[in-house]
Amino acid sequence: MSPRRRDDGLMVPPVEFGSYYGRAVVKAPAWHHDIAAYLFTGGLAAGSALLAAGADLTGRPALRRAGRSTALGALLASTYFLVNDLGRPARFHHMLRVAKPSSPMSMGTWILSGFGAGAGVAAAAEAAPLLPQHGVLGLARRALPPLGTVGGLAAAATAPALATYTAVLLADTATPSWHEAYPDLPFVFAGSAMAAAGGAGMLLAPTAEAGPARRLALAGAAVDLAAARRVEHGMGLVSEPYRQGRAGAYLRGARSLTIAGAAGALLGGRSRVLSALSGLALMGASVLTRFGVFEAGIESAKDPRYTVVPQRERLGQRDGRTALEP
Amino acid sequence: MAGPNSLYGPLDPAPDAGYVDAPPRMGFFTDTSVCIGCKACEVACKEWNGVPDDGFNLLGMSYDNTGGLSANSWRAVAFIEQPMPREAAVTAAMTQQGTGTEPGAAPAPRPEPQFLGMPTTELPGRREGHDEPTDFRWLMMSNVCKHCTHAACLDVCPTGALLRTEFGTVVVQEDICNGCGYCISACPYGVIDQRKGDGRAWKCTLCYDRIGDGLMPACAQACPTQSIQYGELDELRLRAADRVATLHERGETSARLYGHDPDDGVGGDGAFFLLLDEPEVYGLPPDPVVTTRDLPAMWKRAGLAALAMGAATVVAFLGRS
Amino acid sequence: MQDLVNADCIIIQGSNMAEAHPVGFQWVMEAKARGATVIHVDPRFTRTSAVSDDFLPIRAGSDIAFLGGVVNHILTRGLDFREYVLAYTNAATIVNANFKDTEDLDGLFSGYDDETHAYDTSTWQYEGHEEHGPGAAESHVARETAAAQQHESHGRPLPTQTLRDETLQHPRCVYQILKRHFARYTPEVVERVCGVSREDFATVCDAWTRNSGRDRTTALVYSVGWTQHSVGVQYIRTGAIIQLLLGNMGRPGGGVLALRGHASIQGSTDIPTLFNLLPGYLPMPHHEQHETYRQWVDAIRHPGQKGFWADAGAYCASLLKAYFGENATADNDWGYGFLPRITGDHGTYRTTLDMIDGKVKGYFLLGQNPAIGSAHGRAQRLGMANLDWLVVRDLYLIESATFWKDGPEVATGEIVPEDCRTEVFFLPAASHVEKEGTFTQTQRVLQWREKAVEPPEDCRSELWFFYQLGRLVRDKLAGSTLGRDRAVHALAWTYPVGGERHDEPSAEAVLREINGYDVETGEALPGYLQLKDDGSTACGCWIYSGVFADGVNQAARRKPGREQDLTAAEWGWAWPMNRRIMYNRASADPEGRPWSARKAYVWWDPDKGEWTGKDIPDFEKTKPPTYRPPEDATGPAALAGDDPFIQQGDGKGWLFAPGGLIDGPMPTHYEPVESPVRNPLYGQQANPTRKVYDRSDSLLNPAPPEPHAEVFPYVFSTSRLTEHHTAGGMSRQLAYLSELQPEMFIEVSPALADERGLAHLGWAHVVTARAAIEARVLVTERMRPLRVDDRMIHQVWLPYHFGFAGLVTGDAANDLIGIALDPNVLIQESKVGTCDVRPGRRPVGPALLGYLADYRRRAGLDNGHHAPLRTVPARHQGES
Repeated sequence: MSPRRRDDGLMVPPVEFGSYYGRAVVKAPAWHHDIAAYLFTGGLAAGSALLAAGADLTGRPALRRAGRSTALGALLASTYFLVNDLGRPARFHHMLRVAKPSSPMSMGTWILSGFGAGAGVAAAAEAAPLLPQHGVLGLARRALPPLGTVGGLAAAATAPALATYTAVLLADTATPSWHEAYPDLPFVFAGSAMAAAGGAGMLLAPTAEAGPARRLALAGAAVDLAAARRVEHGMGLVSEPYRQGRAGAYLRGARSLTIAGAAGALLGGRSRVLSALSGLALMGASVLTRFGVFEAGIESAKDPRYTVVPQRERLGQRDGRTALEP
Repeated sequence: MAGPNSLYGPLDPAPDAGYVDAPPRMGFFTDTSVCIGCKACEVACKEWNGVPDDGFNLLGMSYDNTGGLSANSWRAVAFIEQPMPREAAVTAAMTQQGTGTEPGAAPAPRPEPQFLGMPTTELPGRREGHDEPTDFRWLMMSNVCKHCTHAACLDVCPTGALLRTEFGTVVVQEDICNGCGYCISACPYGVIDQRKGDGRAWKCTLCYDRIGDGLMPACAQACPTQSIQYGELDELRLRAADRVATLHERGETSARLYGHDPDDGVGGDGAFFLLLDEPEVYGLPPDPVVTTRDLPAMWKRAGLAALAMGAATVVAFLGRS
Repeated sequence: MQDLVNADCIIIQGSNMAEAHPVGFQWVMEAKARGATVIHVDPRFTRTSAVSDDFLPIRAGSDIAFLGGVVNHILTRGLDFREYVLAYTNAATIVNANFKDTEDLDGLFSGYDDETHAYDTSTWQYEGHEEHGPGAAESHVARETAAAQQHESHGRPLPTQTLRDETLQHPRCVYQILKRHFARYTPEVVERVCGVSREDFATVCDAWTRNSGRDRTTALVYSVGWTQHSVGVQYIRTGAIIQLLLGNMGRPGGGVLALRGHASIQGSTDIPTLFNLLPGYLPMPHHEQHETYRQWVDAIRHPGQKGFWADAGAYCASLLKAYFGENATADNDWGYGFLPRITGDHGTYRTTLDMIDGKVKGYFLLGQNPAIGSAHGRAQRLGMANLDWLVVRDLYLIESATFWKDGPEVATGEIVPEDCRTEVFFLPAASHVEKEGTFTQTQRVLQWREKAVEPPEDCRSELWFFYQLGRLVRDKLAGSTLGRDRAVHALAWTYPVGGERHDEPSAEAVLREINGYDVETGEALPGYLQLKDDGSTACGCWIYSGVFADGVNQAARRKPGREQDLTAAEWGWAWPMNRRIMYNRASADPEGRPWSARKAYVWWDPDKGEWTGKDIPDFEKTKPPTYRPPEDATGPAALAGDDPFIQQGDGKGWLFAPGGLIDGPMPTHYEPVESPVRNPLYGQQANPTRKVYDRSDSLLNPAPPEPHAEVFPYVFSTSRLTEHHTAGGMSRQLAYLSELQPEMFIEVSPALADERGLAHLGWAHVVTARAAIEARVLVTERMRPLRVDDRMIHQVWLPYHFGFAGLVTGDAANDLIGIALDPNVLIQESKVGTCDVRPGRRPVGPALLGYLADYRRRAGLDNGHHAPLRTVPARHQGES
């Protein structure tokens, strides 16, 4: 990719455009990898809560336990990542000053808070068998399971929002490859969340109870692969960052792991080992998907091409002419 | 969310934000055709607002060692050297990935035709064809926060740290901001920025603490050539239109306004510009659109995805195993 | 300055006004907004060029050829404003028959003396005035003492009556002499000498002449890009000739605007910090020429002289009265004997070299950073390292206070900190917001400055320092009976003190003394016309008299511009007598009517019988245009009603200067002392009367016809950036300014970068006979090679703001520059020199000395060789 090779005419000249010393027009997101990690843990928590609620309602205690504890763990990790990424972590609570529909982050804060309350109660309910039979705690031991069900259902009710609002969080920016992806990104994230949660279920629950987890994983993998393909190829120039560099490598890895995990879920459901490996693959795929999407957005913001060229084209279409003639 | 245009379209932002009897909307008109690149605006801004220095880095971007707007530079003067005639000048400002236009590297290769000072029959200042003089230009522009009618930074701020003032400007409350960084990726102009070591987001306040007392913002006060004009936005827009007409009459046909139009993607800027070349040459987006224009559609797609997720879960539990 | 808005065209040459004077530049932008054409002529495309309508790249040091071409354009086409030229200039005056031009003598004027390298000027005089021309010996003294500076406010003296030919046809009238002199400066010659294309040159000629005359005016703006040359005074003379020919002097939107370099540089020549001047451009007494008070006064007023200098006795007596109070009496010639005398050249470079030679014991530096800011920095530092004591008063520990421990010579081993004998005293100074006083700016306007805050800790004002120092010195010498101490005892040294520390002298009291007062009543004088030579008035600076008229600080007036007309007479106070445009009588025609309604400024009101207009008329208020002086009149009475240049000996603007200049009555193109090319016009290469110091530590790069010029093949120039202030003492210590231009750099053209293998943002070093310095490279098309005399001349540019102390540091560009001085005012040629440019960083430590020695050897300078001043072949000897 050296300029020399271009000058030699060995390559098709790239789209030319004006810029200020090649400097970025928009600022690259100031977020660190905490946020990419949160995208994964948030999705995992959401999917797991759904699985747990389903398991609770359909009498799959092991899958329920697995789901609830995964949801709690992922929730705690999410909270850590979110707070840690703040420039002023001590002011985390300022998020709760307002509820702003125009701010996906504000909405997300409230979604996460609501979800967290439910998921927390649900997870706490799993501690009931450990409590003594009598006394005040005995009362709690009896009261917790139904409370857990209520909490679990509440968490499940908010879970789809938790899994998908993060797509709006990224898309509602001037980051070209995120913003343009707004129609498909929620499906990528929903799919990735289902696949990851399904994978966690396959990993943690006995195979006998893990059927829904496998099916959820399969559904998630399918949605994820389809939506990711549209993101990676369907947006013209701004799809490019999803195919290049680190982001491209992450997403290619994610695709391979997703396919492998899905195959395992489809074919190896009876084997505990194969099931666990498939589950891990799916979770890994979700991690890679999130980091890939995150990186692609940052790269798209750093290179002014992705900001300027689409805007030029838009102007050109509006003016009824091609913006940049060769 | 008061009116139908609250997310997109022409709007008077202060009343929309709930101000009763708001004063006229105030703003900047930055006329780059008279900018002499003295950077007094940068210094005056820092002095008044106590903004820290940005580091001592020779960037090699002509005389721009600021490198654009940032948390520590709320005014930044861009310098563009255009040594070629008009057509070639457009190419000159172009850049490609890998041509080394990052600060610290050599500037992009100079396209032909160009005068290299080699002995030729042509004299410097003239290129082939005596009737066409070279149009060497050194463009300078003092960039600043646009104080958009539809300010994405403000819309996406989850804490309410960013607020719309009674003058229609956009200000960060430094005691509220918790450094979530959302505003930074939301700004279509790359203005607002996180300050390292501090963690909070910072940008031009249009000297909220001065204009409330009837003073001019520090940069406009310091500008010796009236390149930075401060005033009521409606009046500035008229003045700017006159200025463009005058320049066109004098043959400066490259003059155009940027950010003045209430029908543009951000509902018009509170700080708009007269430019002498395409916006991207100055590092400005050619057609910025506030990201929240698409927010309803985004929520809709997210809702669909959420429903799909719920449905998939239900289906997953319908099986027997 | 704001008068620039009245201009129809503004020519900026030898100045980077937008960058160095950004605030004043608002008036250029305002003029442009009103439709004026702005043209910039400069070696380099600067921020001034960026907003000009036209930019012409010119070879550094060739401005006289360029301007001479404009003069030729005007005269060959008869485009001069004839009515103005006839009435107000000396165009018609007949010159001595023996005068020989540079055109006749291959670059020398008649009267050149090879012994003193000075001119006997008797042949330059007007017909019949031969005895008034100073001989070569006198010219030599005048050069040593930079006597031309005394003419800042007035020309050389002249007898009243001159022979004239009103038809301008006489072959020896100034008009014809001028026409012949500049006939060779054709567009082709301009192209060949300056590298300016004929088309571009025609553009300038056309704009300048089209925008001059009865109805239109053109302003000419220059600054140190013109002054800092070995022929700098003549650059300005050429500009003045054009402005006189086109009738632009003394008129709104016209004139020659000299932009000064600092807040009060104008003030520091008015009330000078120069060795050869006293306040108001009175000469510092010379031990031989001005032995007695009478000799001194007569040397200024010239008995029989026409014009206002005839009253010099009043200015001199009042100054001495202000200095010595009651100790100045008629019996002791107002204390004239107390004044020190000069014996020759005591200029800054002579003093520096004397320091190296151990002839100077102590040195005060106030607002001056010669280690970085003066030419030949190495000589400056070595000189300062050889003193008994050095006092540095500044805001920060500048390089001139620390060179002995961290200067470049410490790295090379030439200064050993432990052995450096100089004892340095650093005294922190108050900044401009911490003290009150006046600034006198470019346009001669005094503006009062209030103290905003008390100076912190030990910081004190200059006024405090000198007042308290004087007081302490007097106390120390209280018992002394030595003759040399008498002047100190005699000084009137009492000023009211106040301020928070109760020891700060009142600046207003000082300004009041400068204004002048009646000794009897103590009342402030209304102006210099009230000064007396009988000891009844005291005045610290006669041209400033009136600044405290009516006992009011006129400099403190701050009526906003929008509340008054454009002349803004109630903003501050301009000398003399609050006149904003000098010689403004010329804005009216000989009959006293405005030249045109559009350019009406000052005119004769026949009904009231007085001069009136938008400014204070620079003319006797009630002298009618028709006034003709009687034969025997002298002084102001000898000025006719149509003699607008009232300080000139003949009341006329001088196209031809019969006196006052050491290097010739007319400007002529000489190459810079360091030039890569042979003078294309004359055998005489460079100014034959320039001042150089022939010693091995003050070397100059060889220039043709000397051999080895190719060792230093490139032309370099240094100047300022908006972002920094001079030697950086006030800017490189401030983060907000330092970050804007954080590193020393060199601007080179892409062609030179190719030729020398220089990479953008890489390192390069620049070498002259004096020094090698390094800088980061900026490759920019704003630098353009020029074709000169059929070869390409590459020019490079460096800012001179960097030094080794401060937040941002870098090598000092002034280290490169040699000491070659203009003979008239002893200013150094620091705007052009030759150099070599090499990629990479320079050697460090002692290796640097060897590197430079090698360059000097190759340039034939290793034996301390200096080029002869005269390069005209001997065959012309007999003719001169």
